[in-house]
Amino acid sequence: MTPAPLTFDEPEAKAAARLQPAPVIEVLSAEKVFADGTRALQPVDLTLRAGDFMTLIGPSGCGKSTLLGMMSNLLQPSEGRLSWWRGGPEKIGAKGRQIGIVFQDPTLMPWATVESNVRLLFDLDRVPASESMPRVRDALARVGLSKFAKHYPRQLSGGMRMRVAIARALATDPDVLLMDEPFGALDEFTRHKLDADILDMWQERSLTAVFVTHSIYEAVFLSTRIVVMAASPGRIIHEIIVDEPFPRDESFRVSTRFANLCADVLNALSLAQKPNHGAS
Amino acid sequence: MNSNKAENAMRIGAPFAVGLALLLVWQTLCTAYAVPSYLFPKPSDISDSFGREWHTLFAALGTTLKITLSGFAAACVIGILIAVIFVQSKVIELAFFPYAVLLQVTPIAAVSPLIVILVKNTTGALIVVSTIVALFPIISNTTLGLRSVDPGLLNLFRARRASRLQILLRLRVPSALPYIFAGLRISIGLALIGAVVGEFVAGTGGRGSGLAYQILQAGFQLDIPLMFAALALISVAGIAMFTVMLVLTRLALSHWHESELEARR
Ligand SMILES: Nc1ncnc2c1ncn2[C@@H]1O[C@H](COP(=O)(O)OP(=O)(O)OP(=O)(O)O)[C@@H](O)[C@H]1O
Ligand SMILES: [Mg+2]
Repeated sequence: MTPAPLTFDEPEAKAAARLQPAPVIEVLSAEKVFADGTRALQPVDLTLRAGDFMTLIGPSGCGKSTLLGMMSNLLQPSEGRLSWWRGGPEKIGAKGRQIGIVFQDPTLMPWATVESNVRLLFDLDRVPASESMPRVRDALARVGLSKFAKHYPRQLSGGMRMRVAIARALATDPDVLLMDEPFGALDEFTRHKLDADILDMWQERSLTAVFVTHSIYEAVFLSTRIVVMAASPGRIIHEIIVDEPFPRDESFRVSTRFANLCADVLNALSLAQKPNHGAS
Repeated sequence: MNSNKAENAMRIGAPFAVGLALLLVWQTLCTAYAVPSYLFPKPSDISDSFGREWHTLFAALGTTLKITLSGFAAACVIGILIAVIFVQSKVIELAFFPYAVLLQVTPIAAVSPLIVILVKNTTGALIVVSTIVALFPIISNTTLGLRSVDPGLLNLFRARRASRLQILLRLRVPSALPYIFAGLRISIGLALIGAVVGEFVAGTGGRGSGLAYQILQAGFQLDIPLMFAALALISVAGIAMFTVMLVLTRLALSHWHESELEARR
């Protein structure tokens, strides 16, 4: 299955392929059938390349979280396979490449301070505090929570908790950041601010990011690539390239290009509602 | 801050006032109707009796407390260990949980004679009885707690290839603390019940006997005020131990757990 309708001629496409950055995570005909028989994903092919900001968008239940779970090696595909930096899962981990994960909920330890929460991944790798603390402090400063290091999660607002979760993922200096609807529960205004923050960090650290969202505006504002998915069965039906230079600011949000891209995504999504469109 | 203090004062003052009022009514009614003290003693009779016998009563209380606390400590260690083993595998839990329930549903008064026969040393036998009675709430609460882990956090730990021990100590045990403390609060009262019931059945005598023996003796001698004094001591000891557990719970959880936030608002 082709992830995107190819609009250019063959030779040009080959030339473009040669210039593309190295693949970071490759999903190779991976499909997921859960133990109870739920067919969450049809075979999916997808290549995440260094420097991508890839957004997954699609109706509820189309397998976005499942796909993200496989990319973070928390879920095993039932068929097909994935590769990380052209190798197996051994490429990721304490000594190898780092994958940062931000879940839909902050998933913080309520009994631990903000600081200890951000330090968790270092502690699990038995990194001494002398080594981890400077990085923890950096990460907290980056999300603007330095003053709250000694607070407990219950003393923070929802948006602040989400920032702690992002700091935890950033502290290990990941090569790839996987985020599952991190701002889904936040108000539009806070979300815009955090979106801008995420983009800054992505640029600053030349991260590669995968971002799940339900918001078309968020997808267009953030992404270099938007992958549109459809449900029952879960599959990829379209890909939209957002060819807008960075840094992007609020003026992009109100531009005609932005509106047109949103319309494109909306069109693709309305195709996604039609059952079995593009199923193979 | 001020309203907090007022609330604390209420927390102690209100039950105290109720107790005082009840004692007054009791004293007045017994005096008014001239109820003989060998039928139903007045509070003043009880306190007189306590004044005379306090030496024996406190010695007996010491014995009962020693047995209760030993039984409780043993139940904590054994109960938490069993729960930790239970959560290691579903098979182990399924195989052994019914036997834990068996401990709970068998009336302790029915098995204590057997235990007294099996364990020669009387104090030892009473500690065993107290342990058995206190064990179940700790096992069931701790098992539930160790399993009630945020699945997202568990995923995060697994993604980081955390070891079983790391998951247990850094994730399961802290998540289980509120459940464990709830179990301990129930168990400490049960340990006291076990110590007293066990002594009733075992029928220890002479020196080093506990409060149950004092009650039995007082009953034989129709010294009803003494019986009430011993009973009151058991109740006060139970309330005191429960209060200590409440304070420990608050110390351990107040900074993060919802159940304790209410109290600190
Ligand atoms: N552990 C599981 N066992 C069985 N079925 C599952 C499991 N997890 C997900 N599913 C099913 O797989 C499908 C895809 O789920 P997934 O969570 O990936 O969707 P999603 O696109 O992330 O949806 P949402 O936008 O609502 O988060 C759904 O139909 C869901 O019911
Ligand atoms: Mg999801």
